[in-house]
Amino acid sequence: MPDLTPLWLTLRIASFATAIAFVFAVGFAWLTARFSFWGRDFLDAILTLPLVMPPTVLGYYLIVVWGRNGWLGSWLNAHFGISLMFTWQGAVVAATVVSFPLLFKSARAAFEGVSTEYEQAARILGDTELQVFFRITLPLAVRGLLAGTMLAFARAMGDFGATLMVAGNIEGKTQTAAMAVFDAVQAGDYTLANTLVAIMSVVCVTILVMTNKLANRGRAGR
Amino acid sequence: MRLEIDIRKTLQSGDRRFELEAAFSSQDDLTVIFGASGSGKSLTIQAIAGLVTPEQGRIAVGGKTLFDFHQDINLPARKRGVGYLFQDYALFPHLTVRENIAYPLRKAWYLKLSLDDLQEVAEIMASFEIAHLAASYPAELSGGQKQRVALARAMIKKPSILLLDEPFSALDSMLRHRMRMELLEIRQRFDVPLVVITHDPADVEVFGDTLVIFANGRVEEVCGRKKLAAPENEDGWRTKVCWRAQWKKENLVAQNFAMASGI
Repeated sequence: MPDLTPLWLTLRIASFATAIAFVFAVGFAWLTARFSFWGRDFLDAILTLPLVMPPTVLGYYLIVVWGRNGWLGSWLNAHFGISLMFTWQGAVVAATVVSFPLLFKSARAAFEGVSTEYEQAARILGDTELQVFFRITLPLAVRGLLAGTMLAFARAMGDFGATLMVAGNIEGKTQTAAMAVFDAVQAGDYTLANTLVAIMSVVCVTILVMTNKLANRGRAGR
Repeated sequence: MRLEIDIRKTLQSGDRRFELEAAFSSQDDLTVIFGASGSGKSLTIQAIAGLVTPEQGRIAVGGKTLFDFHQDINLPARKRGVGYLFQDYALFPHLTVRENIAYPLRKAWYLKLSLDDLQEVAEIMASFEIAHLAASYPAELSGGQKQRVALARAMIKKPSILLLDEPFSALDSMLRHRMRMELLEIRQRFDVPLVVITHDPADVEVFGDTLVIFANGRVEEVCGRKKLAAPENEDGWRTKVCWRAQWKKENLVAQNFAMASGI
């Protein structure tokens, strides 16, 4: 039985990354979908950037920000004595950033698909803004949000470049499935490579099929 | 019931600019705001409901000030106590008919409705003859059923005034007549004043105790039924003709405007 530690680590990193990305993506998506303000298009572009940039470039940015001498990294180090570099938490940060745009884009489209008339009706019927969001906007956008979440999870699971830059490739500590496959092929261990590849493929195909189903049902309405 | 409106609002989108300057008052329980599309009538009732904030002026319903620029009063929509019927009803698609109607009674999504509230929902559904639809979703309803559900939802909190945005435009002509009669009955039963927005002269005949004519963002004319039905008007015949003429004129203006601006 090949060592499946990288797989469990991948799942843990991807889960944390997706959860963090979800909170931020929903917040920013709601903001950009419901309000028009100066610099909105620019903000959207910045938030989508990780989708098109080379992962290594992204990793480099992350080092600049979170590294021991980075903007936030030095502060973290000075006040809490911790560093994200070469830890699985660092890998979570990398995976969060690479998966964020997928969630953000889906969430924004989902919120824009919710007619503001429903929200207005809810306001007239006595809702505060917070109630409108949780009783109307979120439930009506839920399919798009779920689809985006699954895409983001799949992307977070498969990240290589950004994670490598930030967290390295330390066996048993930061080595994710994607890196383990690389190492296994380099070392000629095709049993391990095949096992990991098969599992990753099945998980990703399942996620994509489920995402499509959600999206289709969303279009058809109830 | 006294309705007092005196508001100004400017909308700007690109090069297009729309100025609303609406001032009128009504003492009657049936008020019709009549005008072509783009004349500012929708914007006006949205301002009454608190969906749009005017730049200046004052809005009062039944002696209660909802908006006053000088006194810095601007009640949020949830505190205005008005009912609003959207043109396409805006029934929440993820909720059943019962949940839609109970929506204003539920304080938070995780709280169950009290027995009293459930009773109230059941009663209002019975009185609108939609009890058999309780578990249906809005997408499964016909136009007339949707309208009844939307009315029940708007009325369950006993609003001080019911605003209706083109209430019959989504219905076919047979149903239109029936729903007009039902709406009059609801007005009686709940003793609620109605403000109906329309560009259909037939609505004016039924609901126009006070008639407010809008054109190009301004109130052109306000008249009461007494004036409309004066003897020399031969039972309102002249009025109807007047209406149609007015309506045609407005449509022509709108068409010319559309052609001139190349839409």
